[in-house]
Formats: sequence, structure tokens, C-alpha cells
Amino acid sequence: MEFKHKDIIALRDLGKEEIELLISTAENMREVNSRDIKKVPTLRGKTIINLFYESSTRTRTSFEIAGKRLSADTVNIAPSNSSATKGETLADTAMNLLAMKPDIIVMRHAVSGSHYFLSKKVGCSIINAGDGAHEHPSQGLLDMLTIKDKFGRLDGLKVAMVGDITHSRVARSDIQGLTKMGSSIYLAGPPTMMPPGVERLGNVTVCNTMKEAIQDADVVIMLRIQQERQGKTLMPNTREYSRYFGLNPENVKWAKPDAMVMHPGPINRGVEMSSYVVDGNQSHILKQVENGVAVRMSMLYHVCGGGNVE
Amino acid sequence: MAGETIKTVILDNSGIRRALTRISHELLEKNKGLSDVVLVGIQSGGAYLAREISLCMEIIEGERVPVGSIDITLYRDDFKQQAPHKSVGKTDISFSLEGKRVVLVDDVLFTGRTIRAALDALMDHGRPCCIQLAVLIDRGHRELPIRADFVGRNVPTSLKENVEVIFDDQQQPVEVVLEK
Repeated sequence: MEFKHKDIIALRDLGKEEIELLISTAENMREVNSRDIKKVPTLRGKTIINLFYESSTRTRTSFEIAGKRLSADTVNIAPSNSSATKGETLADTAMNLLAMKPDIIVMRHAVSGSHYFLSKKVGCSIINAGDGAHEHPSQGLLDMLTIKDKFGRLDGLKVAMVGDITHSRVARSDIQGLTKMGSSIYLAGPPTMMPPGVERLGNVTVCNTMKEAIQDADVVIMLRIQQERQGKTLMPNTREYSRYFGLNPENVKWAKPDAMVMHPGPINRGVEMSSYVVDGNQSHILKQVENGVAVRMSMLYHVCGGGNVE
Repeated sequence: MAGETIKTVILDNSGIRRALTRISHELLEKNKGLSDVVLVGIQSGGAYLAREISLCMEIIEGERVPVGSIDITLYRDDFKQQAPHKSVGKTDISFSLEGKRVVLVDDVLFTGRTIRAALDALMDHGRPCCIQLAVLIDRGHRELPIRADFVGRNVPTSLKENVEVIFDDQQQPVEVVLEK
């Protein structure tokens, strides 16, 4: 199996075997991260620009560390100190960055699909680090790796996802990836945060209550309430939300006894998850972050090899 | 018959066994026993052979040496923009290399570029006391100043030929074939 894409923009664009390749490479990349000398010379001489139009701690740091562990030179650009605040368009910013000859641009942008636009404009590889409410492929891949670590497989698992599905790019990438690998997805959330027609994405069931979704689940993925993206009309208040859709030590028992609990972060403690569950022994949240570096190393490695192959 | 590959068995199963036994004896002689010796096989053929050599040494000395495996994909020097990258194999060295006498094991020694990559990879795991190289087949055509300390069989080849060590499902060496 060979990876022949120049870009990784959405898990929807990748086949099952390509996703398996990215995950298996990530599994073996972890060995590098466990050494004293956490560096391999693979991408020596490559330049990676991290262009983040939206704030991020985990993803940006993780991509930066991943690039550095592969010996690439990584440069971070944040909106507060870039020309975007002076009115430069995305296309102009991209062309200017391109003149500096980067090999990969890792971008996060508030507009869904902006990476497809960028990919047509520039010749270097594009990796999506989150675009609007579309996809967040690296999060989808690291979630799949974390689940595979525990169960050794992805097919035949019941995965519950609870929260703001409409605004969640993590949910879309998880759904695209996990359904391709044979998992069944059960969604729950306030009807105002459930996108109509989401069942059409594959093996996806929309549940009326949280209990229906979590019942006998192998994996429970809690999503963040994205208060910066939604207006005030989607839910009355966070206390009511927490009562109906928050994960706590009581309702986590609805899932299988060895079920794993995940969250893409950042967590609103006490809203979508109680601290008891966040810090409990079913929580795999920090494992997700750890796997994030290996997954991003795998993505950077494969897009570098996939360049110029059409 | 033009274009068809001709396969010749140049070393059969018992031949491989004898070669590995001799390498084990030479290895013990050179290192004056087993102390501080560790074996590291290059994925995938070398890793299988490293395990076989460790079993031979155990029969001779009655003691086991640590065996690890190393994948050199991330250290290759032939990354090309044109070629899709191969998937990365598993590196499994669960012991410290610090001050150890490391014996690197590979199945076929050819240009020496794989060994160069493996040396770099090993150095990133620590500072061994010394590194020796054991190979089952040395087919010549070196492109780098590298030689093996222990060789199963020297096989003069042309660049058009290919030498392959065949392993079965249990990762046991079966035979060595020359394809032309």
C-alpha cells in the first residue's frame, strides 16, 4: 500500500487502506517518541509552515513537535501577528508564503473547505488542521489510533458521540474515518445541535436520548460545547445542557464496563464532562494527546512522499 | 524464454543452518564469550536471522543474549519526491545499547546503504562500545566503505541479478535464491 495524495484535507477523501497505512505508520512512529534522542533525519531540509487562523494549543504544538522530530524546519504563523489583520486575503498570504518555498503548509481556518481552495492555488502539500465545521483529519486519525490501542481493532465497535455535532469538525472526521473502518456511530445531543441528514454519512444512528447512544457502547466520545461558534439560542444554559448531555460517574455506567471515554479537548469541566470522569480510569484523553504527535508525524511523512504523484 | 527470470538455489536450508552456526562460533570467539553482546536485526530478514543466531549461541554457551530489531525506513538516503513513502516498520530495542557490543544482523549485504542507515539509527539509541556486522550473504557492489565482520557466504553477482533469502510463515529461513 502506498500513499499517493499530495494533501490530507479530509478523511472523506481517503480510502480504508490509506487510513490503515497512516495509522500503522503512526504506531511505529511512537518508538521515536519514547527514545532519549527523539529525532530522526527523515524530513531534513523540508520546511513546514503552521498557518493557524484560529487559536490552538494542542494541535499546533503537536504538529510543530511532529515536524521537529522528523528534522523538518517548522515555522508558526498566528493571525494576531500576520498580515491577515491588515486585510490580506488568504490567497495572497498563500502566494507570499509559497514564494518562500515551503514543502508543507499545515493550516487551520474558520471557513469550511478553505483548504481545497488553497490546494488549487499552491503546489506544496496542504494538511488540514481544522477547517470551520468541516473536518479535522489529524484528530480523527489519532482517535482511531487510541481506540485501536485498546481494542486491537476498529470494526464492530459501538462508538457513541455526544454533544454539539453541528459545529464539530472532530465529529465529522471521526464519523468519516470510523464508519470506513467498520464501527457503528450513535449520536446524541440537543436537536438544535444535530445536523439534519447526518445519517447519510454512513453507519450513523441519531438517538433521542443520551442513554440510547451510550447504552453498551465500547467508546464514548464527548464533544466540546463550542460557545465561540454558536449563538445564544441553541441551548438555554450550560447547567441544563450538563444535566441532559453531560457525562458523569452515573451515566458512564450505561456504557460497557471497559468502555473508553475520550474528548478532543479543550474540556469544559463540569459542562460536557464531570471532573470525576475526565480524571477517571476510563478516560483516555491524555493518551489521545500522546498519540497526536505520532499521527501527525505519519501524516507529514506520507504527504512528503506523495508529492508529485498524480 | 526471453524475459523470464531464472531462479537458482545457492544455499539450502541445511547450508543456512551451518552458516549461522559458524557465524555464532566466530562471534563468540571474537567477543570472547557473551558478556555485553547484544544482537540487533534489520527488519525484516535480518531480524529473523538475529533470532536464529541467538538460539545457536544459546545452544553453544547455554545463555541468552538480548535480541532487538531495527527498522531503517526513517533513516534512508533515497527519499525521492517521486516515490510514495513506504510504511514505517517496527523498531524494538527494549534494552540499553550504552557500552554494549552490538552485532548488527542483515540477510544480504549489497550497496552498504542500508547498513549506513542502520548505523545512524543505532547511534540515536545510545553509544555502544562497538558495532560489528553479521550477514548471511555478501553479494558485493559496495557503494560505501562498509564491510562485514561475519559472512555466511560470499556470492559474486552481477548488478542485474537479485539475491533473496526466503523465509517461511514461522519466519524461519528456508533457502537463498539467485534470480537472473
